[in-house]
Amino acid sequence: MNIPSDLRYTEEHEWIRVADGIATVGITDHAQEELSDVVFVELPEIGREVEEGEAIAVVESVKAASDIYAPLNGEITEVNNGLEEEPSLINEEPYEGGWLFKVKVADNEQVEGLLDADAYEEHLG
Amino acid sequence: MSESKKSPLDELHRENGGRMVDFAGWSMPVMFKSILEEHKAVREEVGIFDISHMGQLFVEGEGAGEWLDRMLTNNVASLGDGEGQYTFLLNERGGVIDDLIIYRVSATSYFLVVNASCLEQDVAWLGQHLPEELTLRDESEKMAGMAVQGPKSADVFSRVLGGRTLPTRNGVDILKEDGQEILVCRTGYTGEDGFEFFCRQADAERWWREFQDAGAVPCGLGARDTLRLEKCYPLNGSDLSPERTPLEAGLGFFVDLKKDDFVGRDVLAEQKEEGLTERLAAILYDGKGSPPRPGYPVVDEEGNQVGTLTSGALSPSLGQGIALAYLPVELAKVGTPLAVEVRGRKVSAKVVKKPFVR
Repeated sequence: MNIPSDLRYTEEHEWIRVADGIATVGITDHAQEELSDVVFVELPEIGREVEEGEAIAVVESVKAASDIYAPLNGEITEVNNGLEEEPSLINEEPYEGGWLFKVKVADNEQVEGLLDADAYEEHLG
Repeated sequence: MSESKKSPLDELHRENGGRMVDFAGWSMPVMFKSILEEHKAVREEVGIFDISHMGQLFVEGEGAGEWLDRMLTNNVASLGDGEGQYTFLLNERGGVIDDLIIYRVSATSYFLVVNASCLEQDVAWLGQHLPEELTLRDESEKMAGMAVQGPKSADVFSRVLGGRTLPTRNGVDILKEDGQEILVCRTGYTGEDGFEFFCRQADAERWWREFQDAGAVPCGLGARDTLRLEKCYPLNGSDLSPERTPLEAGLGFFVDLKKDDFVGRDVLAEQKEEGLTERLAAILYDGKGSPPRPGYPVVDEEGNQVGTLTSGALSPSLGQGIALAYLPVELAKVGTPLAVEVRGRKVSAKVVKKPFVR
């Protein structure tokens, strides 16, 4: 199980990479493996203001549709349009080409509240 | 909740990395590595499915065929020794209790393969109508089943059972291997060439390993579902129900209304005479879109709900959404534009000719 040490995580199996006040969000290696073949992704609109815990995207595998929650408050600045043609990127490279969306961080304290790699690994049990 | 039944192949599935789910009261693998890869293996090469959850019944005695002809919709009398056919067991209202395959082993012995979820009901229904001179034997607890499916399934068969030949399409053959009887049927639920293989539970692992070593890729229920849906084979409990007749499901080919009598015949004859009001239609997305799933509403061009999906998936072969739904006959015509509502959004689609994949 790949859990990069430089990323932050949520208990809902999302990873967050924060750089220059922008949080890039995706789903973890564990999550993509649980879902298996991702065949469709529904992403939020750019410019939308989202709140932590709000269901804002959907990742669909052959068997099921799974909600993806905003890990932080903020504005959606970018989404990964490449997933429309190639949703399997989420399975192949969950931490790179399979990213979902970017959020402009509104509240730095929320970033501090995210899990680090060790805490996420512990959460997986 | 009661404990799920375990297939005789349960341990082997876990060893193979099978992801186990509950299906019709059984713990069965939904997938091993990837539903998409398993689907592809069956369309292009060969895969193997555990079908031990399905029920195996034998009806035996003088006049078994005549009696079964009154219980089932298809023409049992037309079967010769070693031949099989797809058929329905109906209730008095013409609704589907079960869809099954019946094989004539001999004039006094018929082999029925029925759905896991319907086994108890089938046995009760058949038992309730069974004449004294016939016996109904439920071998489901003793037998294991596996389906080897795909264009290369015959190669796998000859590699494992060299020297034997497969029965012809829809046929059945009883083989003896190491003193044990094995039933081999040239049937399946994927639309590809293949065979279904029934043996003693104690021998299940051995045969699965041999088929796997001969090239068959382990496949789960997930791929089984996308494969059958592309071919528009109905799933009982979803596309078929006690409230729907085989005519409404578009499966009149397997109903012989020329037979004098069978349970449900009058209702079906009347339905045919008066015309249907609803029919199971094949719905294809116009473009890309969130995969259709059972339970999603189907709406007409004005946005009124006209039906509900009974089955749906993103077709691995087409890369597009495919689904089935009962629709008013005037909308069930090929070419009718519709939309499937996914989380409040409409995805445009149209009614197409069955099957989705030829």
